[in-house]
Amino acid sequence: MAEITYRQALHDTLREELLRDENVFLLGEEIAVFEGSYKITAGLLKEFGPKRVVDTPIVENGFVGMATGAAMLGLRPIVEIMTINFIILAMDEIVNHAAKIYAMFGGQCPIPLVIRTPGGGGQQLAATHSQNLEVWFAHVPGLKVVAPSTPAEAKGLLRSSVRDNNPVIFLENLALYNTKGEPPADDYLVPIGQAKVTKEGSDLTVISYSRMAVVALDVARRMEQENQLSIEVVDLRSLRPLDRETMLTSVRKTNRAIVFEEDWRSFGIGAEIAAFLQEEAFDDLDAPVKRVASLEVPLPYSKPLELATLTGAKQLVDAIHELAPRRRRS
Amino acid sequence: MDTTSKPQADAQDAASVREQTYPPLPEGVDRETLLDSYYQMVLVRRFEEKTGEMYQKARIGGYCHLNLGEEATVVGFCQGLEPADYVYTNYREHGYAIGRGISPGAVMAELFGKDTGCSRGRGGSMHLFDLERHFMGGYAIVGGQIPLATGAAFAISYRGSSEVVACQMGDGTTNTGAFHESLNLAKIYYLPIVYFVVNNLYGMGMRVEQGSAVSELYRKACAYDMQSWRVDGNDVLAVRDAMRNAAALAREKHEPSLVEAVSFRFRGHSVVDPDRYRDKEEVQKGREYDPITAFAARLTAAGLLDENGSREIDERVQHEVDEAVKFAEESPYASVEEFMQGLEEYVYAPGDAAVKGA
Repeated sequence: MAEITYRQALHDTLREELLRDENVFLLGEEIAVFEGSYKITAGLLKEFGPKRVVDTPIVENGFVGMATGAAMLGLRPIVEIMTINFIILAMDEIVNHAAKIYAMFGGQCPIPLVIRTPGGGGQQLAATHSQNLEVWFAHVPGLKVVAPSTPAEAKGLLRSSVRDNNPVIFLENLALYNTKGEPPADDYLVPIGQAKVTKEGSDLTVISYSRMAVVALDVARRMEQENQLSIEVVDLRSLRPLDRETMLTSVRKTNRAIVFEEDWRSFGIGAEIAAFLQEEAFDDLDAPVKRVASLEVPLPYSKPLELATLTGAKQLVDAIHELAPRRRRS
Repeated sequence: MDTTSKPQADAQDAASVREQTYPPLPEGVDRETLLDSYYQMVLVRRFEEKTGEMYQKARIGGYCHLNLGEEATVVGFCQGLEPADYVYTNYREHGYAIGRGISPGAVMAELFGKDTGCSRGRGGSMHLFDLERHFMGGYAIVGGQIPLATGAAFAISYRGSSEVVACQMGDGTTNTGAFHESLNLAKIYYLPIVYFVVNNLYGMGMRVEQGSAVSELYRKACAYDMQSWRVDGNDVLAVRDAMRNAAALAREKHEPSLVEAVSFRFRGHSVVDPDRYRDKEEVQKGREYDPITAFAARLTAAGLLDENGSREIDERVQHEVDEAVKFAEESPYASVEEFMQGLEEYVYAPGDAAVKGA
C-alpha cells in the first residue's frame, strides 16, 4: 500500500466504515458542506449524502448527547469535535451519560459511540485552542481513550473504535495530520488497550503516545547512533484501558523509564504510569521514573514562548542523558 | 385542540389552571380505559406513599423523589403514548416507570438496591430503566436526558420507523442549555419527539417565575418555531389527549412539540425536604385539588364508578403494592464476589471488534 497522510488514513477509514455498516453515520460542526475544519471528511457528504454525514449547529453538549441517544437505539455515531478544547462544553453528556449508561442501567444498553477530536499545541493557536485534555477522559471508567501516533495506528484504532460497543474518545493531534506512513492493507485492526513496542532497546524505556510517541521514536533512533544508547520505545496507543503488561515487561528488561507526554505534568498520564511502575516494578527500577511534559501554563501565542512551553525532542534528550545507565552516559 | 388551556398571564395563574371545573367525561370513551386511568393513578399514589414509608424505614437509600400529587400528569403522559414509543424522564420517575409497564416489584426492588430491580440495583430511585419496555431511563442530572431523548428521536428518523420519543422534565429544566440546544436540534432535523414539562410551580425551592424570565413555560418552544400547549396537569384526560395529539404530530408529520402540564407536588422536593419554602396555606390549597379525588368524582357522576368499584380498585392496588414490597424484601442483593471479579464486565459492554492485525 502506498504512503498516505494521517489525515488521509482517517478519511479513508471513515469512508470504509460508512460503506461497511449502515448504522454508522458522522456528526459534527462543519463536517459536511464545509468538509471539516481539517478536511478529514472531505468528499463524504457528496458520496454518502446528508443522512450519513450530518452538519450540526454549534451545540457540543446537544449533539454529543444526541449522538449518545442515537447510540442507545443501536446506531453507531462518529462525532467530530472540531478541537478538543470545545469538548469541555459536552462534558456532562460524555461523563455523566455516555460513560454511565451501560453500567448504571444494569448492562441493558451499550453505547457504541466514537468521539474524534484533535488536540495539541504548536500551531500558535494560544491557550484555548491548544490543549491536551486526555487525562480528563482517561480518568473515567466507562470511557475508552485511544491516541494513535501514525497513519497505520490511526486506521487500525479508528476501525476498532467504530466497532466497539462502548464510548471511545479518539484523540488526534493537529501536528500529526500531515505526517505520512504506510498502513497495512486489508481490514487492519489495532486492538483497543494494547500498547506497541515500536523500537526494542535495553538501556531504558521511553513510554509515550500520540505525537510524542513519534518524537520519541525519532530521538531513540538518533541517540542509538550518536550515543550508543539502546532505547526501547513503547507507544501506548490506548490510554484507557492502559496496557500495563507491556510497560512492565519493558521496564523489567531496561530497569529505567521515562514517560514523555505533551500535556501538563501534574496529575498527568506520566503521574499515573510512574505511580503504577513503582507499585508493580519497584525492585526492577534502577532509578526513579522520569516525567517529561509541557510547562504548566496556559499556552502562550508568542512563538518563542510557545516553543519554550511545549515539550519536545530536546527535553527528552536531556532526560535520557540524565537517566541512562552511568556506563552509557556521554 | 380541546385540552389546550388558554395562555396564562403569569405563573400565579398556573394555580388557576388547576382550579377549573372539570367537564363531564366525554361520550363514547371506553369505560375500561377510564377505569384503567383511575386504577393507574391510585397505583402510583399508593406505591409512592409506600415508598416514602420504606424510605423512613431505611429500606431505601440515597435521594428519593415522589410523584405524590402528580398522578394525573404521570398517568396521562404514559397513556397518551403507544407501547413501542420511547420514554426518557428525570429523576422523579417511579410513577412513569410503572405507568409504562415496569412491574411495581421491579421498581421497588430497584429502590431497595436489589439484583431483581429494573436496573439490577445499580441505579436506584433516580435511574430506573427497562430497554424491553422502551423506558430509556430516569436521569438525575437536570437536563441530561433531553439531548439523549433527542438522539433517540434522531435514530427513529434515521431508520424511518414510526415510534415517537417522549421526554419528560421539570419546570427548572427549561432554563438549562441542554433544553434549548435540544429543542433547536429537534426542529432543524424534524425529529419525532414530544418534550413534556411538568410544571409543579417549584424547581426544588425556587418558584418558577423567580427562575425563568418566561414563566409560561410552554411559550419557550416558540423560540424554535415549535407548537406547544399548556394543560391542566390535574386532569388525566387532558394530559393524555395533549400527549396523543403531540405524539400524532411527531409520528405523522415529524413535527417536534412541547406540552406543559401544570401540576402540584403534595410533599417536598424529595423525601427529606421539609418543604419550608411553601406556605402552609398554599400546600393546603394545592392538596385540595387532588387529581385522584377529582377524577373519581367525574367517574362517579358518569355512573362508571361506585363505592364497590372503588373499593375493589383500592384492594387490588394495596395487594400489588404489598406484593412489590414483599418481592423487593425477599430479592437478593447482587453478589459482591461476582461484582469484584467482573469489574470490567460491569463497566464495559462486550465488544464485537474481531481482533486481528496489530
